Amino acid sequence: MSPAQHTLLAAGEASQHRTLIVTLFAVFVAATLVITVWAGRQTKDAADFYAGGRQFTGFQNGLAVSGDYMSAASFLGIAGAIALFGYDGFLYSIGFLVAWLVALLLVAEPLRNSGRYTMGDVLAYRMRQRPVRTAAGTSTIVVSIFYLLAQMAGAGVLVSLLLGITSDGGKIGIVALVGVLMIVYVTVGGMKGTTWVQMVKAVLLILGALLLTFLVLLKFHFNISDLLGKAADNSGKGTAFLEPGLKYGATGTTKLDFLSLGLALVLGTAGLPHILIRFYTVPTAKAARKSVIWAIGLIGAFYLMTLALGFGAAALIKPAEIIASNKAGNTAAPLLALHLGGVDSNWGAVMLATISAVAFATILAVVAGLTLASSSSFAHDIYANVIKKGQATEKQELGAARWATVGIGAVSIVLGALARDLNVAGLVALAFAVAASANLPTILYSLFWKRFTTAGALWSIYGGLVTAVGLVLFSPVVSGSPASMFPEVDFHWFPLENPGIISIPVGFLLGALGTLLSKETPDAGKYAELEVRSLTGTGAH
Amino acid sequence: MATETPPPAPSGTSLPSTEEFAEVQQSAEFGELRRAHRSFAFPLTIAFTAWYLLYVLLSNYAEGFMGTKVAGNINVALVLGLAQFVTTFLIAWWYARRAAAQLDPKAEAIKSRMEGGA
Repeated sequence: MSPAQHTLLAAGEASQHRTLIVTLFAVFVAATLVITVWAGRQTKDAADFYAGGRQFTGFQNGLAVSGDYMSAASFLGIAGAIALFGYDGFLYSIGFLVAWLVALLLVAEPLRNSGRYTMGDVLAYRMRQRPVRTAAGTSTIVVSIFYLLAQMAGAGVLVSLLLGITSDGGKIGIVALVGVLMIVYVTVGGMKGTTWVQMVKAVLLILGALLLTFLVLLKFHFNISDLLGKAADNSGKGTAFLEPGLKYGATGTTKLDFLSLGLALVLGTAGLPHILIRFYTVPTAKAARKSVIWAIGLIGAFYLMTLALGFGAAALIKPAEIIASNKAGNTAAPLLALHLGGVDSNWGAVMLATISAVAFATILAVVAGLTLASSSSFAHDIYANVIKKGQATEKQELGAARWATVGIGAVSIVLGALARDLNVAGLVALAFAVAASANLPTILYSLFWKRFTTAGALWSIYGGLVTAVGLVLFSPVVSGSPASMFPEVDFHWFPLENPGIISIPVGFLLGALGTLLSKETPDAGKYAELEVRSLTGTGAH
Repeated sequence: MATETPPPAPSGTSLPSTEEFAEVQQSAEFGELRRAHRSFAFPLTIAFTAWYLLYVLLSNYAEGFMGTKVAGNINVALVLGLAQFVTTFLIAWWYARRAAAQLDPKAEAIKSRMEGGA
């Protein structure tokens, strides 16, 4: 057992913090289940289940969007990456934030105006329905499952460590528990329940981060330069810790990998299905705009605080202790809470329990959003419009959505158990790369390019998807390095961990080529309809 | 209610006809709305993406410059990173203002005429 686990567990035995953690987890779970049941009672039709009745305000949805977006990767992953790699960890925050401008300027409002329940609604608007909806549904499910894996892996790491569960059986049990909870949230509460859970979580997460930031800054008398100096000293890396390059600056290949990651982050957000469907929960495009503005403010403030958390952890905790606790640094934020409260004191235990419960809440809210996005797309795009050719009753469609939730939950429990030792932030970056390659080109072309055709949409979605996933499969993420999913075998030939730099241009290029090479005449009438609706909101519901 | 194959019309209100949409799309008024949106959103998207990529490239290939101390332990890298936050906030605020002043009135005029006249 590692020294850090000893610290955590010793603190546990000394002050019953484990009981406290379990109690706080249980309180959060109970509270969210009450919300879910309450929301479930008000969920009557498809608009309720998929879009929360479209009655949320811009502010409420902004809060929920933030709750949906600030995942375990943001909270645990970025704080940990800064704690271990200094400045390079901060680069994640910047990409994750700037990305919102693409959503704000180009995607959120037209999507709200012209779509109904899913991303596929907009992609298939002027195309042949069945092939494009099948493609949109496929890429929605693939992106969401990549993202889900990361959250499940994060939940496993966090909870096992905090509760001292070290057996594989115990970790798998935790992943299964998270899976079952998310199935309940989504099948019972639908979008309404999920939205409220995300709002509660966003408030808890921001309060938790504020508390830690305040305590860190207090320790350094609000002198940021001192904080940075102490972090640099304590890291053992000196001023290099405050400069770019510790993680990505080693060789030409790692630098290219960083560029690839940067592209995926900035172009991925506006193609994430679980984020896009949140814009359907407000009544108008103006409210969708307001949600994004709120989200940018809240998410930006939160990422600024991750600087204090990450550098604070680097300044106050020995790097060896962070690494020993979790190689990827995923437990730096909870460890920081323990140290700020006092390692052997009751306050330390209370802080640790509180921050851990917040992290757990974070994971639950995000997995619920992801599950909802993929089951909605399965039911609405694939079941209702492809399999039933638009002839399904609303009751049948909602039944399919609930069964899809159970199926996707089951699949992600199995995959999450397999992926339990993978790097959380890295997995999320892959989801961003797939979203940027498969979804964003088609969204932008559909909305803004008159000539775009069904062939273009299919080439772009499948081409982007296959390129991104294929490159990951043959990258060091899967095989050939000690940190790989399968470290014992080596079939990698793609040198980068993130495929974005290749797969994103491929997605855009194939969309253009497919369009220009096909003999299909674009439906001018449908484009007129889509363009007028997307910019004016005519006929939006 | 069956889930119609798109574009789904909201129950109760009838969507204008394809001809009406085509006519509005060709109108000068809609052309102005489209131009107001595109002439703002497109160049700005290119600008902030370029600014972000410049920052990524500087982090990658100009480590010496990025490591230059500005004040105490605060270096150019941190200042430029924070500048990305500031520009993101500013662009969001600028777009919100501009959309409310220039896009919303045009969009609403067209929408209410189309829905009212349908």
